[in-house]
Amino acid sequence: MELEKLIEQFKNRDVKAFESLYEMYNDSIFGVIHTIVKNEDIATEILQDVFIKAWNKAEAYTEKKGRFFTWLLNIARNAAIDKIRSKSYKNAQQNQDIDFFVHSIESNDLLDEKVNAIGIKNYVNKLAEKCKKIIDFLYFKGYTQKETAEALEIPLGTVKTRNRNCISELRKALNV
Amino acid sequence: MDSKEYIASGILELYVAGALSEKENEEVHAMMQQYPEVLKEVLSIEAAVLGLTSATATKNTASVFESIKEKIESSINDAEETPIIPLKKERSGFRYVGWAAAVVFAVVLVFTAVLYNDLASEMEVVRSEQEALKKQIFKANSDLTAANELLEILRTKDIISVPLGGQQVSPDSYAKVYWDKKSDNIYLDLQGLPDPPAGKVYQVWSLTLDPLTPTSLGVIEDFTTDTDKVFDLQNTNESEAFGITLEPAGGSESPTLEQLYTLGVVNTTP
Repeated sequence: MELEKLIEQFKNRDVKAFESLYEMYNDSIFGVIHTIVKNEDIATEILQDVFIKAWNKAEAYTEKKGRFFTWLLNIARNAAIDKIRSKSYKNAQQNQDIDFFVHSIESNDLLDEKVNAIGIKNYVNKLAEKCKKIIDFLYFKGYTQKETAEALEIPLGTVKTRNRNCISELRKALNV
Repeated sequence: MDSKEYIASGILELYVAGALSEKENEEVHAMMQQYPEVLKEVLSIEAAVLGLTSATATKNTASVFESIKEKIESSINDAEETPIIPLKKERSGFRYVGWAAAVVFAVVLVFTAVLYNDLASEMEVVRSEQEALKKQIFKANSDLTAANELLEILRTKDIISVPLGGQQVSPDSYAKVYWDKKSDNIYLDLQGLPDPPAGKVYQVWSLTLDPLTPTSLGVIEDFTTDTDKVFDLQNTNESEAFGITLEPAGGSESPTLEQLYTLGVVNTTP
């Protein structure tokens, strides 16, 4: 498989393979970081740090731990959350509304160049409030299943089923 | 649990989110290996989440890779260029030499610092002593000059010397007046007078005897502080005698005769 090979090369410190992986994931990773820190310059800085960190601890990644994308996502969310807990960030920033990712998508001019732009924008438009929250917690904030259940005050099992429904709507919109 | 049920449970969506425990992750991974439809489902979910998250990127960050590349390449070069120093060899019998040298160096350093401090304060003392000596020498020199000058004056041919004897109030007192008529100056040697009590001063008088007319030549303000007790005053009078009385501070219009300390008549036939 193409991805598996790239990851293998990346673990062997192949810069070209690393660049391919960067091309695949940089938008997503940047979007997630930006959703957390809500500042493009800071997010860009963290994006850089995240990929350098990934490079430096490439050996630590194994398929058993999860998807490579998920691994990157974890590094990115931790770095971004560290940043917003830092004093320098707290002094400069103000917290905004919870479903920031929805706002990002709706107001994203860059999206118009992308193939699935219409599907995504329609999906976000129609997205139920409870889906917005659960997606924000699980994918953008990196909450565990338990933390999500506690934050939304719903049973643990409901997190799984509700989230599956929300994501399956997304898959329909994106045709995947 | 069959794969269909497994997929429907929603665990795979949480797997992609990274919301599962390590153990659950390994379970899902095993299921993916075992069931191609589970793997396919995971890939679809991942694609959807990738699509969603990348749609939130409000900035094109493709060019950021250049600076990432620069940084990782410079760290690769650093790693290659840094020579590896064999630590084992250095850890031979000589390994304590460095420590010993460091300890000796530290001791010497502390000792030197202490010594330096001592010397610095000693030098400070010497310097102020030197300063005091300089002042003393200067003072001695000027005292000597003054004494020489005085001696010079006293040895002048025309100087009139008038000894003043102790009077009733203070029989042991004495004084001397040296009168230089040419320059209208008198030099008073008051070595033989006691320190005046507080609030009192000695006042010097020129007297003509017939009739007895006192004229004040001035008060000795700094009697106590003066060391050689030699004072000079102007005297333009045709004095026949000199007297010294004790007066209230500032002096008096006319002498308080009850407080006449010394008196002496000018010898008209030298």
